[in-house]
Amino acid sequence: MSQLQTAFGSVATFGRKYRLGSTLVLLALALFWLTPTIGLLVTSLRPSSAAFESGWWTAILNPLGQEWTWDNYTKVFEAENFGGSILATFAIAIPATVMPILIAAFAAYGFTFLEFKFRESIFAIVIALLVVPVQTALVPVLQMFIWIGDNLGIQILGEYPAAWIVHSAFAMPLAVYILRNYMMTLPQALIEAARIDGASHFQIFWRLIIPMSVPALASFAIFQFLWVWNDYLTAFIFVGENHMVLPYTLLNLLGRYGEGWEFVAAGSFISMIVPLIVFFSLQRYFVRGLTAGSVK
Amino acid sequence: MGDILVTAVTIVAGISATMAFFWLLNKLVGLLPHKVAAKVLPAVFIAPVLILLSVFLIYPAIQTVILSFMDSWSENFVGFDNYIDLFTSPEFLETLSNNALWIIVVPASSVILGLLISTFANNVGPLREKIFKSVIFMPMAISFVSAATIWSFTYYFQPEGSTQIGLLNAIVTALGADPQPWMNVADFKLNSLLLMVIVIWLNTGFSMVLLSAAIKGVPEETIEAARIDGASGSQTFFRIILPQIRGTVVAVFITVLIGVMKIFDIVLAMTQGNYGTLVLGMSFIKEYFSYNETGRASAIVVVLMVCIVPIMIYQVRSYRRQEELR
Repeated sequence: MSQLQTAFGSVATFGRKYRLGSTLVLLALALFWLTPTIGLLVTSLRPSSAAFESGWWTAILNPLGQEWTWDNYTKVFEAENFGGSILATFAIAIPATVMPILIAAFAAYGFTFLEFKFRESIFAIVIALLVVPVQTALVPVLQMFIWIGDNLGIQILGEYPAAWIVHSAFAMPLAVYILRNYMMTLPQALIEAARIDGASHFQIFWRLIIPMSVPALASFAIFQFLWVWNDYLTAFIFVGENHMVLPYTLLNLLGRYGEGWEFVAAGSFISMIVPLIVFFSLQRYFVRGLTAGSVK
Repeated sequence: MGDILVTAVTIVAGISATMAFFWLLNKLVGLLPHKVAAKVLPAVFIAPVLILLSVFLIYPAIQTVILSFMDSWSENFVGFDNYIDLFTSPEFLETLSNNALWIIVVPASSVILGLLISTFANNVGPLREKIFKSVIFMPMAISFVSAATIWSFTYYFQPEGSTQIGLLNAIVTALGADPQPWMNVADFKLNSLLLMVIVIWLNTGFSMVLLSAAIKGVPEETIEAARIDGASGSQTFFRIILPQIRGTVVAVFITVLIGVMKIFDIVLAMTQGNYGTLVLGMSFIKEYFSYNETGRASAIVVVLMVCIVPIMIYQVRSYRRQEELR
């Protein structure tokens, strides 16, 4: 409890006085947060037999008396078309991040800078839809795609666009909400000046609003990319075995080899690399964009 | 190499198609007489979103309600049978109480941990702050399959006498107790609580990032003033900082809450909903994909939607309030 008190105390002072206490508490939390992941990392670097003979921590305590190997990583690439899954995940995740951002940015501009009837009511509906669960859409949309395939001859089910569209649609409420909140903080006078100079709304959108909204666009992009990259349900149902995404392949590895964790362990680390790169490279935009316009 | 090319072309094609769509709309509006164009313009900006939302969110929601009153082949109207089935099944009632437990435990824990970490991180200096925050954020980059694998290690069970390779059982046996098959222990909902630990572990990074930004946005003068007036550390936190970041706290809480209501993936990967760990999202998957019970699966989603309605109303109300303040 005293630990807690000191930490709260230091908020008021922002001094160095409680630096040690805070560091210790955070160190404990960080250790708890990292331990499971370290266990996975160690297991991915041990021979499969060793993983079942002794706990992973014994390997850390005695690193030299331990056999280390890259085998699991090379074997993962041989199994289950792992390389193909990486490509499939990119093919879904990149358009499913860019498309909703573009569509939502247009709408956010409309909701912020254009005058039309029922504007606030329509926006309220968009906000209400923030909470609709994906599960709602699965059955009807699946049936709709099958109907389109049977009657119009366009086989969308099992192809990438199916996943793009579904991901875009479900990202829409949050994307519009975040982007509109951000655009409302942009100086209105600037847009009016551009209007007076004869710029069209399309020109203002592309040349002024989009460049000025980069923080909000980037922060939404991070979240959307993380979600889509790690998504299993949508890709499994709407794309399925045609183009197996990473979570799908990992789940198969887990199922087929039963106890063969070491492959999933190795595969998990490979699949974590991309989201981490995206996060760290866009991190500086992250917070600025998301919290703009929100009431404190 | 060929595969990479195909993937690249697919990605470019998808993005270009979206761009071309808006470019075309722009051209079409340009062809219209000036007065008409001004009227049509809002529709051009808003319509794509409205169409997507109607087709993929509003229509499915309505359709799901209709399907929930039909049989498993979606052919015959069966009235409230699916609902009666659900609410008379002890398993479903347990599922509901499990969901309740999830929404009580997880959102609150994520928010409190997020507040705690951002507060502590504020006074350890920029470098340490960055390192600690990155560690807490990292699970957000992990898919549920990987998360489940990571935690399977921690919860792994070997019968008594053999070497425990799961960390939790290793600790428990080192302390002299018997090893437990954690995922099967339904007493006091222990297995569900252990699953919640995983989801808290995954979500705290999200709440930390947003809450930390809000805390940093609190004007320093207000904190300074409180300190001069002799407020203690916790008084400053609860009376000065917390009220000022209330909006963000609520937003984070609701976001996590909605995510948790729909949760299924961790449960699917860890227990498949066995041993009394079933939640609504998981029962839906079971009914629809394992048993082909479209009617009952839809009824479960309708129950989920009904549970979410209060949040929806709250969301719209707080938006309205915010607009009035502008």
